[in-house]
Amino acid sequence: MAEIVRLQNINKIYGDKIRTQVLFDINLSFEEGTFNSIIGASGSGKSTLLNILGTLDQPTTGDILIRGVRTSDMKRKQIARFRNETIGFIFQFHYLLPEFTALENVLMPTRIQNGKVTDAEKARAKELLDVVGLSGVMNNLSVNMSGGQQQRAAIARALMNRPPIILADEPTGNLDSVSTESIYKLLRQVNRETGTTFIVITHDSRIAEKADRIVEIKDGRIGLDLKN
Amino acid sequence: MRLACSIAIRFLKSGKGQTILIALGIAIGVSVQIFIGLLITGLQQSLIDKTIGRSPQITVTAKEDGKTIPDAGALAAKIQGYGDEIVAAEPASDGSAFLSFSDKTDPILFRGMDLAASDQILRIGEGIYEGRLPNADDEILVGKDLAEKLALSSGDTVKIAIPYGTEKEYKVSGLYDLKVASINSSWIIGTLSATQAFFDYGSGVTSIGIKVKTPFEADNTATKLSSYIGDGNLTFTDWKTQNEQLLSGLNGQSISSIMIQVFVLVSVVLGIASVLAITVMQKSKQVGILKAMGITDRISSLVFLFQGLFLGLLGAVLGVLLGVGLCVMFVTFARNPDGTALIAISVDYGFIALSAGIAVLAAIVASLIPARKSSQLNPIEVIRNG
Ligand SMILES: Nc1ncnc2c1ncn2[C@@H]1O[C@H](COP(=O)(O)OP(=O)(O)OP(=O)(O)O)[C@@H](O)[C@H]1O
Ligand SMILES: [Mg+2]
Repeated sequence: MAEIVRLQNINKIYGDKIRTQVLFDINLSFEEGTFNSIIGASGSGKSTLLNILGTLDQPTTGDILIRGVRTSDMKRKQIARFRNETIGFIFQFHYLLPEFTALENVLMPTRIQNGKVTDAEKARAKELLDVVGLSGVMNNLSVNMSGGQQQRAAIARALMNRPPIILADEPTGNLDSVSTESIYKLLRQVNRETGTTFIVITHDSRIAEKADRIVEIKDGRIGLDLKN
Repeated sequence: MRLACSIAIRFLKSGKGQTILIALGIAIGVSVQIFIGLLITGLQQSLIDKTIGRSPQITVTAKEDGKTIPDAGALAAKIQGYGDEIVAAEPASDGSAFLSFSDKTDPILFRGMDLAASDQILRIGEGIYEGRLPNADDEILVGKDLAEKLALSSGDTVKIAIPYGTEKEYKVSGLYDLKVASINSSWIIGTLSATQAFFDYGSGVTSIGIKVKTPFEADNTATKLSSYIGDGNLTFTDWKTQNEQLLSGLNGQSISSIMIQVFVLVSVVLGIASVLAITVMQKSKQVGILKAMGITDRISSLVFLFQGLFLGLLGAVLGVLLGVGLCVMFVTFARNPDGTALIAISVDYGFIALSAGIAVLAAIVASLIPARKSSQLNPIEVIRNG
């Protein structure tokens, strides 16, 4: 299978005066169409790694190659477009736009891409909201939704543009075990049907076990790297 | 572009209280500008109207005292030929005399004009409230104040005389009221030929009054006209030179009005800039999310420019309504004892549009700083810290 992302000799150091190194010389690559989970203790550097993978953060040294393209060579505008088309984010702290409804939030990646929304895209957004069980509240402003509902809306939003890569940081952190189970089933289904590559940080070992691969981060280094 | 615009609108709508507050701030600034601007313009206009409203802005007289201008018709035509700037050139011949009716006598200015051909400067025609214009050499018009003093009415016969000189009887064809006491109480209007005969001027006139298109250029026009006519025996006097003190007063007033407007503008800009700077902080989370989703730096800064634009437009519209409302109220309630407006404020659409336009521009300029901040915001700052 083809490689879709590669991290080369990634080091991340925070701070100028008091320097804290969070990632140590990470070399890691993921294959296209796989479902990967990242586990590790709190503060081990999982989110930092994922944000660097998603071009949101820059490593102190090292390179990120996405489909063979070195992201540090891209201009800010190119990166913005690249992010919009290639990566779907599900953040640890969900992050819907509070001024917009659930449906509008889900449509936002499409609007950013094309400037407008077609009926077909609107139908797809509604379908996605239905799949995550939010068709009843899709016209609620996101501030008027529960934490778990917001998280599910964020998942629908990440899927909207059919990005080849989805990066998720504890996407079910606010959900009960039943919902968690159904959300992972959904993500897995998307992964199988569309060949989308998933890289998911999770604390839930039952979930991690179902992934194609488990990468453990330990104190900023790769601990375990298991392929099922 | 459209995306930035619709996000901007949504941001403004979601913070309604804040939006209304800024718009109101702009509106008050604009309304003060409009009110003060129009009030001072109206004040100056009415002062100038009172000063030069019924008198020529340039007066041509003979250089030598006591001489008349011969061949006035041809000269008036030549002055008209100077260009579009000349609205009217009207020959007049006048002199001092005394008017007697029953047993009373009063000093007067006996003024002859070609009323049928041109009456654009004194506009005596519109002031007649009894009778009609004189249409024969033995007919005259008498002003309201003098008529009341002497208990005259149209149809009466009066005597006009120069001490130890001419003495002649005239019929009062009508009475006029020009709302200017000094004219109403002493000017007797007759035909040009009547006064020429009475004062023995022959075919000469004492002056040619000129009305120009732009009164504030009268001094320059007078100089140019003088060299255009090129007659060394004539003197060209303009109203500006004669009213220097009034004009320097008006000038000072204009400057202080501009100062007030500039300070209002500065405070509006500072107000908008500071509030928008706060909004960009409030919305930094949203900007971060949008950037993570792939919005470009350009669009993220446009969001704030659009907010500035819409706030400016909203404020300008409200401000124009408020400002015009203030002017209407002022005109309605600030009145003279006789019921006429204290100061006639005329609605100057150009000035209103300018004030509104400046406010919109100021709002956009004020939103440049937040727009820049938004453009520079790094999404990771927001994503990392929750
Ligand atoms: N801006 C920063 N400046 C300094 N240190 C930071 C900064 N951001 C993160 N860190 C540190 O980097 C380390 C890794 O943080 P990170 O968020 O990647 O952990 P994590 O594995 O995602 O933890 P969790 O499971 O709790 O989300 C932590 O020790 C954290 O304190
Ligand atoms: Mg984390």
